[in-house]
Amino acid sequence: MQADLNIILPEIILSVYAIVALLAVAYTGKDRMASMLVWITAALFVAVALWIASTGNATRVAFDGMFQDDGFARFAKVTILLSAAAVLVMGQEYMARRHILKFEYPLLITLSVVGMMVMVSAGDLMALYMGLELQSLALYVVASMRRDSAKSTEAGLKYFVLGALSSGLLLYGASLVYGYAGTTLFSGIITSVQGHAPVGMLLGLVFVLSGLAFKVSAVPFHMWTPDVYEGAPTPITAFFATAPKMAAMALFARVMHDAFGNIVNDWQQIVALLALLSMFLGAVAAIGQTDIKRLMAYSSIAHMGFALMGLASGTVFGVQAMLIYMAIYVTMNIGTFAFILSMERDGQPVTDIKSLNMYSRAHPGRALAMLILLFSLAGVPPMLGFFGKFYVLRAAYEGGLAWLAVAGVIASVIGAFYYLRIVFYMYFGEEGDALEAGRSPVIWGFLMGSAALMLLGIINMFGVEGMAQAAAATLVN
Amino acid sequence: MDSNLLSIVTFIPAIAAAILALFLRGDDEFAQSNAKRVALIATTLTFLVSLAVLFQFDASDTGFQMVEERDWLLGLKYKMGVDGISVLFVMLTTFMMPLTIAASWGVSVRVKEYMIAFLLLETLMLGVFMALDLVLFYLFFEAGLIPMFLIIGIWGGKERIYASFKFFLYTFLGSVLMLVAMVAMFSEAGTTDIPTLMHHTFDSESFSILGVHVVGGMQTLMFLAFFASFAVKMPMWPVHTWLPDAHVQAPTAGSVVLAAILLKMGGYGFLRFSLPMFPVGADVLTPLVLWMSAIAIVYTSLVALAQEDMKKLIAYSSVAHMGYVTMGIFAANQQGIDGAIFQMLSHGFISGALFLCVGVIYDRMHTREIDAYGGLVNRMPAYALIFMFFTMANVGLPGTSGFVGEFLTLVGIFQVNTWVAMVATSGVILSAAYALWLYRRVVLGDLIKESLKTIKDMSTRERAIFAPLVVMTLLLGVYPSLVTDIIGPSVGALIENYDGALAEAHAASQTAAASH
Repeated sequence: MQADLNIILPEIILSVYAIVALLAVAYTGKDRMASMLVWITAALFVAVALWIASTGNATRVAFDGMFQDDGFARFAKVTILLSAAAVLVMGQEYMARRHILKFEYPLLITLSVVGMMVMVSAGDLMALYMGLELQSLALYVVASMRRDSAKSTEAGLKYFVLGALSSGLLLYGASLVYGYAGTTLFSGIITSVQGHAPVGMLLGLVFVLSGLAFKVSAVPFHMWTPDVYEGAPTPITAFFATAPKMAAMALFARVMHDAFGNIVNDWQQIVALLALLSMFLGAVAAIGQTDIKRLMAYSSIAHMGFALMGLASGTVFGVQAMLIYMAIYVTMNIGTFAFILSMERDGQPVTDIKSLNMYSRAHPGRALAMLILLFSLAGVPPMLGFFGKFYVLRAAYEGGLAWLAVAGVIASVIGAFYYLRIVFYMYFGEEGDALEAGRSPVIWGFLMGSAALMLLGIINMFGVEGMAQAAAATLVN
Repeated sequence: MDSNLLSIVTFIPAIAAAILALFLRGDDEFAQSNAKRVALIATTLTFLVSLAVLFQFDASDTGFQMVEERDWLLGLKYKMGVDGISVLFVMLTTFMMPLTIAASWGVSVRVKEYMIAFLLLETLMLGVFMALDLVLFYLFFEAGLIPMFLIIGIWGGKERIYASFKFFLYTFLGSVLMLVAMVAMFSEAGTTDIPTLMHHTFDSESFSILGVHVVGGMQTLMFLAFFASFAVKMPMWPVHTWLPDAHVQAPTAGSVVLAAILLKMGGYGFLRFSLPMFPVGADVLTPLVLWMSAIAIVYTSLVALAQEDMKKLIAYSSVAHMGYVTMGIFAANQQGIDGAIFQMLSHGFISGALFLCVGVIYDRMHTREIDAYGGLVNRMPAYALIFMFFTMANVGLPGTSGFVGEFLTLVGIFQVNTWVAMVATSGVILSAAYALWLYRRVVLGDLIKESLKTIKDMSTRERAIFAPLVVMTLLLGVYPSLVTDIIGPSVGALIENYDGALAEAHAASQTAAASH
């Protein structure tokens, strides 16, 4: 028991922090403390991330296999914690200035992060579900943070209703899997199926997959994404686009490999199809968007398609490729949302793409950083985004999915168009009312830092490659 | 070897660009002229250092020289090197860039960004010709799209946005298919090292996909994927349509770089990848490529005749001249490939000069309409002389480098496919027709247009830009061994490998057939 608790100590610390801070602040300063709380939470995230990163590379199992602390989980957790900390810090000034910085915000984020950490460590369908729900419930509330805005509450409600549906699907699938495997433990499920799965198990697998696909917003379970992205306040959208995506993808990989690793052939085609549809829908549907947040929603759908492509290969290298892709994706998105956060006119946030006309003249440095991020998102070398694509393409080819690789690159050309459109407005557009860029040095720092990483990362990727390799090796064996 | 010479040459412009980006502030006249000076000094320095590459180069060695190698991500390598085929393209690039910068002295909008874009472009172009790792090559090859996209989009003409998007998406689509083929090669051969891959035999057994019988199997598919990229870049008929748009809309210097250097990447790619790595695939598709080239020569020459915009006319003439190049390459004999490389180098000087010629009068009159001119010889004798010289070189007058390239490729192709040679030769007449007619309409006749009455002849700066181009065109025209001595041995080795691989594949299929 003592040993079990030791293993989940990071999760316990964060949970206790969230509850204690909630009580303490509710009785004292309330929203006046919110800014400080954001900084404390972010600092705590970073500290926990460093702690987790330094716990060595042993695999430890708690609660008879319900909870696994392995290299894979640690890679995902560090990414989740760091990106959550970055997004918290980034959005603080934005929210404070618009009086939507509630003291619950950092604490809800903390709880959702705890949920994510449980998700990526889950070794059991029940642990998976608990983590997923904790994460989702916190996010539903956060999405409707702006209570007096119809769009924000609509976003929260949509997210909740569709999220509940997907949780239902997942739970139903889990019950079928339990019925056929006789256990909810991943380690038990994987030994109960060899060669081909029985039909009932397959049905359960499909339902579980649908639930997970909803969480990563893969087509055809993506419908909530654009509305939620658009409706939620921008810092919260930034959060949706980073940490939960990483967590959901990692969970996806864990379920597929830990529980269903023996029947790769049964799920490979489904995942490949999800990847294909996501890449194309994400690319095509984004073309018509005029709101940069909606555009980023479709962009994230397309990117999830690419990450799923790595997963679809069903190999160790595929998982490695997916992890690298997600790490790069999260870094790019932090920078991109830092840029979106800085778009304003007369102090009001602006999200219309057209308002970026001739942005490069007013703010050459920021425009250049965004240019780098956009080309990186489009997967054009020499930016790091290209290497993410290169990894998943190679994984797909080696997994026997050459057709998916070809489809993927064609989708990326279609997708390049809408990233170029933003470049077009920033650099070639008509002279108009210039946007202001906000004064926050924090946002500037994240934007520039992210762009610099995209450019300098090509030298050696800062060792992420090796870490992802080790992480993938612990998952697939 | 420990020499870093190639990396130094490649990254001098990039460093200069970084210096401009980080340290040059303001947009006043002083900052502008500083930006121009820094760019000119950096490109000139690159040229001088690259001379050291040329002097160190040993033409009798057919392998790669001055190789540098470092480990990189994912088992990839940062590997640079030159051989007889690539060294002259490196020289062409470093030679043309200072002239391009000098030709941009009149730019007054966002000068700093303009110079940065061109400097980065030079680094990327040099990288393409030196990279000896598949992915490194792709990196340089694709990254070049970004500065060119911006150059056309920011400093281009009226329709610049359409042209820049078309340029980017067209070439991007071509290249991503190549990327998939590269991934496939990486997986099949387990390496991305270009010299190793050149001697790797990819599977060439025929198979069917979706009911389509693929002769040459893997090799044909990979060849097609690379072909998609290089044919668009070249550009070959019928995927050339982005080029006239891009040329017309790009600023003068952009057109010069596009015509003189960027187009050569396609031809270089054929020589570096398509022929040595997929000989069976290349052999299967050679008739197709040859006829596409022949059609390109005749068809685009006819289209050029009908143009009313000078830049568009020269752009179509470029497509026609590139037709000779692809024809020479796929003739796959010594004269053909020697001629193709020669033609690419010579076209680099000539088309670059012709676009500069258009730039000279465009700067004065701000129009490229042929009808807006006429009788320029009366007020611009020096200009008329230089334009005359390059028109003749473009036509392929003996004594200019244009003649040598066309002649060699035609000799090469005649030994392989007489019909294609016959059709292609008619292009020589057509090119004389459109080039001379253009010259007559713009330069000769009486000066009747009111607006032209005050036009001034070329300034010293403009003359100085043309001088090296004239020298090179004449020098290569009368003394072609300068080039063929350097490329000859490497081309010979290339052909030997190609023929050997084909014979081997042929023998293998014979024994396979016999054993059935």
